[in-house]
Amino acid sequence: MDSLQFTAAELGRRIARRELSAVEATKAVLDRIEAVEGTFHCYVTVDAEGALKSAEQVQQQIDSGELRGPLAGVPVAVKDNISTKGMRTTCASHILDNYIPTFSAEAVNRLQRAGAVILGKTNMDEFAMGSTTETSYFGETKNPWNPEHVPGGSSGGSAAAVAAKECFCALGSDTGGSIRQPASFCGVVGMKPTYGTVSRYGLIAYGSSLDQIGPLTKDVTDCATLLDVIAGHDAKDSTSTARDDGPFAEALVDDVQGMRIGIPRDYFGEGLDAEVREAVLGAVKTLQERGAIVEEFDLSLVDYAIPAYYVIACAEASSNLARFEGVKYGYRAPEYDGLHSMFKRTRSEGFGAEVKRRIMLGSFVLSSGYYDAYYLKALRTKALIKSAFDKAFERFDVIVSPAAPTTAPKLGASLSDPIKMYLGDIYTISANLAGLPGITVPCGMDSKGLPVGIQMLGDCFQEKKLIRMAYTYEQSQNRRVQDEQTV
Amino acid sequence: MANKISDEVIDYVSILAKLELSEEEKEQAKSDMGSMLDYIDKLNELDTDGVEPMSHVFPVTNVFRDDVVTNGDNSAETLANAPAEKEGSFQVPKTVD
Repeated sequence: MDSLQFTAAELGRRIARRELSAVEATKAVLDRIEAVEGTFHCYVTVDAEGALKSAEQVQQQIDSGELRGPLAGVPVAVKDNISTKGMRTTCASHILDNYIPTFSAEAVNRLQRAGAVILGKTNMDEFAMGSTTETSYFGETKNPWNPEHVPGGSSGGSAAAVAAKECFCALGSDTGGSIRQPASFCGVVGMKPTYGTVSRYGLIAYGSSLDQIGPLTKDVTDCATLLDVIAGHDAKDSTSTARDDGPFAEALVDDVQGMRIGIPRDYFGEGLDAEVREAVLGAVKTLQERGAIVEEFDLSLVDYAIPAYYVIACAEASSNLARFEGVKYGYRAPEYDGLHSMFKRTRSEGFGAEVKRRIMLGSFVLSSGYYDAYYLKALRTKALIKSAFDKAFERFDVIVSPAAPTTAPKLGASLSDPIKMYLGDIYTISANLAGLPGITVPCGMDSKGLPVGIQMLGDCFQEKKLIRMAYTYEQSQNRRVQDEQTV
Repeated sequence: MANKISDEVIDYVSILAKLELSEEEKEQAKSDMGSMLDYIDKLNELDTDGVEPMSHVFPVTNVFRDDVVTNGDNSAETLANAPAEKEGSFQVPKTVD
């Protein structure tokens, strides 16, 4: 059987049983990258040599019994804003296009300790600012279901690489939906864990109070497996939380009997594509048939999430991106007149249009005279949104919605109108403001043949409820496919 | 557009943002920022009197640890990333005459 068809967990099991080696699996996926990368462009950097060397080392450790985890020998991809020691990490920006980190992100260290083989770094919107992966300095990634469409973003390279079988699973980051939305557009599973669950150490910061690293995978089992590897308290990230409710894989239970699902009416109104609505409500019906209790409710404040988000995210970005000035790393403008001119020219030439737009807005809302009216107002709105979710989770275990209002748009259709693009984040963005975990699972296709994703949101630290519900839904779909094949 | 962004505001924000915008970029920034602020003004519909600004979603406090060096001397690797280096230091353009 073609090893590329395996999920990460299945591949890990077969490697553990010596049915194939880490090196064979790595070679297979590198051949696949060689064959299709020209079409899809999921990666900024592919490290074939490093991956093969690391696969050999991992295989030795598996043979000696040192390594026995579920991801030992499994080739994975890492989003290019997550630092990898000795491997170029660009954030898909000109300003970092030659940057070689001297340390790895904690999530990467954990992957490597588990024996995962890092294939390379995936494409993304520049500094994770975008929803299509079109703002990358290195060019756009194409949607593997139809290369005329975007893969979503900002973790578009990771989502597309999983969908195109150019890796077995991948890390992404999610600041406003950047894992869940591309997972939906590419027909894969993606999860943003509760804020603080995965260390942000070594994640190049965009909006620090919103950023969270998470898995993009072929199925829910892989999602829980990868989350178990990367999650955990880390003293190097002071916002990381110590949790004692793991392992997440324990929640891979095919049963939602009695679980309460809330359907926010405000997420199914104007702007939602009819085919997306139908697919999502179809999935809800499946869960209801499996014993879940479904009820509609009004979440409220939905229209205020995006404006509050852009104030907070841009404010944090303007501060976080101040470190790129052409002194310590990255690009430096060739011509300038003195120190400040060097800073300004470097940044003006090094950043793309969307990044500059957000830095400008962020600098404005933090400036004296506007700080209270914009920045503090947004933080107050965030508090109201958080309490709206607190109220909802008194009644419901899981809030279910689409991941995005439409399926993947065509390449080139989104960037001309920033606000319209921002509105596409309407269902995902609140989870970042409120710190909530969210998972996206494929739930059908539209008439254009593009995947639709269902999003499940849980209360903080309730990933297990999401995994259980997502797994139950996935199992029902697998049975349906098997039934159809046997008919 | 309700929010008219003046040249002075754009120049001031460019200084804060350490960006040098071309005339064309300035005009674009005026229009982009104006329409974003119009959109953000929607927040004014909300009564947030008495609501504490929430910077962090969990009730966290400062995390302290002993100041112990755990990493080795990476100065050569660190400097290898610098656009300009001199005698083991980052080199920058002359700052004082």
